[in-house]
Amino acid sequence: MNLQGGASAPPADRVLSDGDVPLKVRLRRAERVRKMTAFGLVAPLLVFLLLTFVVPIAGMLWRSVGDSELSKVLPRTEAALVTWDGKSLPGEAAFHALADDLAQARADDTAVIAARRLNYDVSGLHSAVMSLARHPFDPAATPSYRDAVIAVNHHWGDVAAWGAIRHARGPLTDFYLLSALDLHQDASGAIHRVSADRAIYLDVLARTFRISLTVTLFCLVLGFPVAYLLATQPPKIANGLMILVLLPFWTSLLVRTAAWVVVLQDQGIVNDLLLWLGIIDHPLRLIYNAIGVHVAMTHVLLPFMILPLYSTMKSIKPHFMRAATSLGAPPSVAFLRVYLPQCLPGIAAGCLLVFILAIGYYITPALVGGASDQMLSYFIAFFITDSVNWGLASALGAVLLGATLLLYAVYSKLVGGTDIKMG
Amino acid sequence: MSLANHPQTLGQRLGRWTVWTATVLVLFFLMAPILAIIPLSFSSGDFLTYPLPGLSLRWYHELLVSDKWLPALRNSMIIGVSATVIATVLGTLAALGLNRARFAMKPLIMGLLLSPMIVPVIITAVGVYFFFAPLGLTDSYTGLILAHTALAAPFVVITVSATLQHFDYTMARAAASLGAPPIRTFFKVVLPLILPGVASGALFAFATSFDEVVVVLMIAGPGQRTLPREMFSGIRENINPTITAVATVLIVTSVILLSCLEALRRRSERLTTGKVT
Repeated sequence: MNLQGGASAPPADRVLSDGDVPLKVRLRRAERVRKMTAFGLVAPLLVFLLLTFVVPIAGMLWRSVGDSELSKVLPRTEAALVTWDGKSLPGEAAFHALADDLAQARADDTAVIAARRLNYDVSGLHSAVMSLARHPFDPAATPSYRDAVIAVNHHWGDVAAWGAIRHARGPLTDFYLLSALDLHQDASGAIHRVSADRAIYLDVLARTFRISLTVTLFCLVLGFPVAYLLATQPPKIANGLMILVLLPFWTSLLVRTAAWVVVLQDQGIVNDLLLWLGIIDHPLRLIYNAIGVHVAMTHVLLPFMILPLYSTMKSIKPHFMRAATSLGAPPSVAFLRVYLPQCLPGIAAGCLLVFILAIGYYITPALVGGASDQMLSYFIAFFITDSVNWGLASALGAVLLGATLLLYAVYSKLVGGTDIKMG
Repeated sequence: MSLANHPQTLGQRLGRWTVWTATVLVLFFLMAPILAIIPLSFSSGDFLTYPLPGLSLRWYHELLVSDKWLPALRNSMIIGVSATVIATVLGTLAALGLNRARFAMKPLIMGLLLSPMIVPVIITAVGVYFFFAPLGLTDSYTGLILAHTALAAPFVVITVSATLQHFDYTMARAAASLGAPPIRTFFKVVLPLILPGVASGALFAFATSFDEVVVVLMIAGPGQRTLPREMFSGIRENINPTITAVATVLIVTSVILLSCLEALRRRSERLTTGKVT
């Protein structure tokens, strides 16, 4: 098809091409047409993914730093706080502005937006905002708005509440990203760690990495001998073994998770067997805890370790090992000094792939884990659906996406390009 | 290291035994839970325990008469087939383009096209939720089909690209030199030869959509609950033998899918490399 570019060139050019310059020109033109066709073929998917994948994720990232809703509800208050020092309570003007803004917000039915946003920062501000919005002020009968507002709700006598308002003035904020790392900026602008009872996300992040790392190690230990046999057995046996690896790989994730629930539950097969053998005398708790998460995740991710390991081992020529043994190396030494170093690219690729997939896991931990085994993805979903805090969900998403892309960059450096093996 | 022809020391034999034992145990770990769930679906009892009190097909009957599973299957098929068709067309075109020429940003574009496989699904789901909600695409088939197409397309790109790597372009050139216009060359020569690769890609795409639950959890309404979505709530709320019947059906489906893929792989090898296997 690429010949078309040259063949369909107008006759005037063809006359020129009989001279001595133009072959180059024609080749260049052909190459350009080729490039355009190629790009034209890629473009539909590219545009499709931009619209259904890239732009939505960019939108999510924007939400993790965007913060424009409060200044729409409290414009006068934000204006009054511009010159505030953040150390002592703001002046009368700010209190007056807040009362006016919230009176307006009550009329517009937008007070709840301000209440929700401020409550993310300082808990208790939801009711402080709502009670103030409901309270009518008569300017003639209010000598000091400051005293009157604080009288309605004591939170307004706290510098932190005003710090929260100013911090949320937008249009950009670091509030959600800081929250995702258990950090908080106080009214004076200093960043410090949140109190221990409110700190959760660093723990969740650490747990996500810990579970992923453990699962990766399990997969490596379990996958290595299987990959080794797959790579070294004659095709007939290897193909048979391969089917046993690929069938679970192709089985629905939900089916495999359901299977583990059935097998590991209190009256499940494992507990029944152990009871029957007399090894235990009451059922062990094997599911809805860390054991369940590790077992099920290892099961789901194991093929992703075996397949890259297998393809690396397959390319290791057997005569290296033969050479080593014929030179007198005992099998264990030959394995450690000759075979294992050649496996390293496969080990690294498999481990990174499993780890990358593991840190984003949601379904498996949600179904077989307990409350204290939930990973980052669970909290992202939680803040979207259950407790509506889209900014925080987006910030946690940004953290997860950052970690994933960083690891993926290492992975593609290692594997060379974007070649992902899928069996 | 095939040392089968050489005399083996005790250490080597011990090593082989260890590797075989480990492999058998690991394969048991991989297969056993999947196999264990199948007989339970034929149980006549209400509990998911062995030994079975008796055999019956009551859970399959339950599956057929419930107002939950058949609509869920229908939804899964509608979304899966639509997403597969779009993903296969777009993915195949893109693979042809990527294979055709080098252009400056090729690695970047390739990375972008494959990124839906790498980015955690929850992030895609959240992004799509924010983006689709104001457009009225949540609680709709269209939204789910679009999102699933995005998740499935990379698999088509990879599979078709792999097939094209072995594709012999002299055949396309022969057709062109005989005067066939590009479109005709494509449909008469290129497509028939890469068709097995395209079909494998389509199977991968279908499997991706058919098994996807995170995006469904996030953006589907009650009218678009798919099979995995129903399984998710089934496992979470109250796991009963109907789930094992559904699981058994799905296991059989994946066996069929896997056999199709294997057949396609062999056919593709024969077509693109001319080797007879």
